[in-house]
Amino acid sequence: MSKHIKIRRGLDLRLEGEAEKITTVQDHIDTVCISPADFHLLTPKLLVQVGDEVKAGTPLFFVKEYPQVKVVSPVSGEVVEIIRGEKRRILGIKILADKTITYQKFPPFDYQNAPREELIARLCEMGLWPFFKQRPFDVVANPMLVPKAIVVSAFDTAPLAPDMDFVVHGCGPEFQAGLDILTRLTPGKVHLNVHETRTRSDIFLKARGVTINTFSGPHPASNPGVQIHHLDPINKGEVVWMLSVPDVLCIGRSILENQFVGTRVVALTGSEILKRRYVKTVIGATLKPLLAGNITHTDSTRIISGNVLTGKQVSLEGYLGYYHYQVTAIPEVQEPQFLGWIAPGFRKFSISRSYLSWLMPRKKYILDSGLQGEKRPFVVTGEYEKVFPMDIYPVQLIKAILANDLEQMEALGAYEVAPEDFALCEFVCTSKIPVQKIIRQGLDTLMKETA
Amino acid sequence: MNFLRNFFEKKLGPHFHEGGKWHKYWPAYEAFYTFLFLPAEKSSEGVHVHDAMNLKRLMSMVIIALIPPFLFGMFNTGYQHFLALGQQADLWQCMAYGASKLLPLVLVSYAVGLSIEFAFCVAKGHPVSEGYLVTGLLIPLVLPADIPLWMVALAVAFAVIFAKEVFGGTGMNILNVALTARAFLFFAYPSYMSGNIWVSGVPAEVNARSGATLLAQAADSEFLGHFRAVNGVGYENTFLSAFLGLVPGSIGETSALACLIGGLFLVGTGVASWRIIVSVFAGAYLTGLLFNALGWNAYMRLPAHYHLVMGGLAFGAVYMATDPVSAAQTSIGKWIYGFLIGVMTILIRVVNPAYPEGVMLAILLLNVLAPVIDYFVVQGNVRRRLKRFKTAAHVQ
Repeated sequence: MSKHIKIRRGLDLRLEGEAEKITTVQDHIDTVCISPADFHLLTPKLLVQVGDEVKAGTPLFFVKEYPQVKVVSPVSGEVVEIIRGEKRRILGIKILADKTITYQKFPPFDYQNAPREELIARLCEMGLWPFFKQRPFDVVANPMLVPKAIVVSAFDTAPLAPDMDFVVHGCGPEFQAGLDILTRLTPGKVHLNVHETRTRSDIFLKARGVTINTFSGPHPASNPGVQIHHLDPINKGEVVWMLSVPDVLCIGRSILENQFVGTRVVALTGSEILKRRYVKTVIGATLKPLLAGNITHTDSTRIISGNVLTGKQVSLEGYLGYYHYQVTAIPEVQEPQFLGWIAPGFRKFSISRSYLSWLMPRKKYILDSGLQGEKRPFVVTGEYEKVFPMDIYPVQLIKAILANDLEQMEALGAYEVAPEDFALCEFVCTSKIPVQKIIRQGLDTLMKETA
Repeated sequence: MNFLRNFFEKKLGPHFHEGGKWHKYWPAYEAFYTFLFLPAEKSSEGVHVHDAMNLKRLMSMVIIALIPPFLFGMFNTGYQHFLALGQQADLWQCMAYGASKLLPLVLVSYAVGLSIEFAFCVAKGHPVSEGYLVTGLLIPLVLPADIPLWMVALAVAFAVIFAKEVFGGTGMNILNVALTARAFLFFAYPSYMSGNIWVSGVPAEVNARSGATLLAQAADSEFLGHFRAVNGVGYENTFLSAFLGLVPGSIGETSALACLIGGLFLVGTGVASWRIIVSVFAGAYLTGLLFNALGWNAYMRLPAHYHLVMGGLAFGAVYMATDPVSAAQTSIGKWIYGFLIGVMTILIRVVNPAYPEGVMLAILLLNVLAPVIDYFVVQGNVRRRLKRFKTAAHVQ
């Protein structure tokens, strides 16, 4: 039974800088970097060293917690650097890409009939497992568990997010193959959630073997956590897996071709990008070739791998995050503003109507990276709830985390949430509280204590 | 403004930063600097862009919303003064007289309150929060104009220290700070806070004639006749004068109209909870109707809508009950919290002969109960989740 769900609370942040629907293919990938930090809480065990030649699909490291899970190189080339931080923690594995990519071939595999365990083993072997994320805790899925459902959101409502219809265009068979694999992994449903008006592509609307649910309403309507909360909420002890459309596409394509194909269509967005386009590149690609000469002010621009709510700040020398399919560039805040807090604020955005910009509801904003105020104790109530469309009390949950009260966290629904679900709460917060960081800490604690 | 910025950042700043000779006083420097400049502080974790709302903006919105009752209170203080003396006075004379009474109160309230606030923040190394900017303006508005200044200073000191700082400062208090100051004076110096004291700057015998609030008059058993005798008009007309605020009372509370304007601004800008404001009035009105139906004495028969414009109900509903720190925090909780404030206010007014006004005590009582209300609301959510869990476990 497919469902229609209207998300009522939330916020579509209207920013300047959407990507035009033109795809350019990056002719030469310079370097790529795979950062183990993208796989939260997992410990990498290196399988390569500096100087090694790798193919696309050669494992770079396996995961200590689940030794069968491997992260592979998306390109062929030479391992040129292993970046280490404090206590020799691995921050990144840098690979200088060959001009033409050669792939490590895997033997043919009948993914439609192989037993579930063999399918999972194959996904792990090919380096496709890290695409599976799980709730609770918002981490890479534990391959030993059986999820009660799998969620794929076929649209993205985040600020300036790419149009998934466009991303998936021309890749129908690969995407369907990805979905077919998912249906084999759960005894429950695979939910493919489409947007009531935005989703037009038949690749989504006529997908086979899955439950297609329709969503409408503002961000975070596209967050899989919000979607499953309304479709089939996660109870204690239950597990749900979630994947993004580009990740499903990558799984489908790789399984069909029997090689790890790490290509990825990335939207270059944000007010500071000159040519806002979609670019076909690879997972972990260096951003410099995409952005050099394509940014208004190099020294006063913030480059984000991902979107402005959940993305990671990177430098021009930085790399695309493992799960990201969007790069955003916004102005970095520059000058202090004289009596800024009393300004009429035609260019400032607020969900409260305390700046005159609320008179222009259709306006698109150029927002800078400013905190817009000072960190303060928690004062205002009711504002998080306006942008948090779950039957969970966000403030009470945050306070339970700050108090390190595990029982209360569990009782208030911590198993159902991820930091990204709280991104808008953090955005609207009058007291500038780092909400996502608090949620992440809470989930980490809970995970450690319940493991 | 570059001159000012240079002065602050280059000349003054270094002394207050880590290692500077006045580093201890960093919170005071930060308070002044951020008052002048919205700092160019970058988002460093989590979201990369932020809503332009911040605590300074929030507090300045409340201060703007306080302008109508502030100005009207100023005028009415003068108006009541000249009316009781039987003198003719124009608008500006009334304003001038009101200002001579109100401004010293505001000055004392800010001076004492902010000094204590700064001292605590320096001692604890916390940044100075903006909460007192509103509290400091609310306190004078809920006092009679003739209150001695030293009493105000004492009340402010008591409220800021014992209602706020001992709990950990802004955001941590249980009771509304401004109402705590008023309650302190109400119980410590009752002769200055109740009875026939409400007309400013007139001899006691004049005050005895006209210096009672409408509520005190209403509490009189022979309300209707008495009211006509005192005011020379039937109480049919008092609804309008009470709505406009041309009656004796605390400086800022008399005009329901001014509070309504401020309330619309607060709700419109999204700063105050409309749920609380609406439910306070609803609770008061329905309780008034209930008493009308019982009708055991004249006060109970006072038409319910009179309660909404008399006394401090409107001011309390708009500016006091909505204080987010001391109010209930959940949406359902806010409905219950506001409704009970309305009910308690009328209950205290009508049933308890000792206190002609009930709104202050009602709000303070519900401030104390707010966490309990929230607890039960949140427990409802917890039970829903637990039930879902048990059903799921049962199916398996």
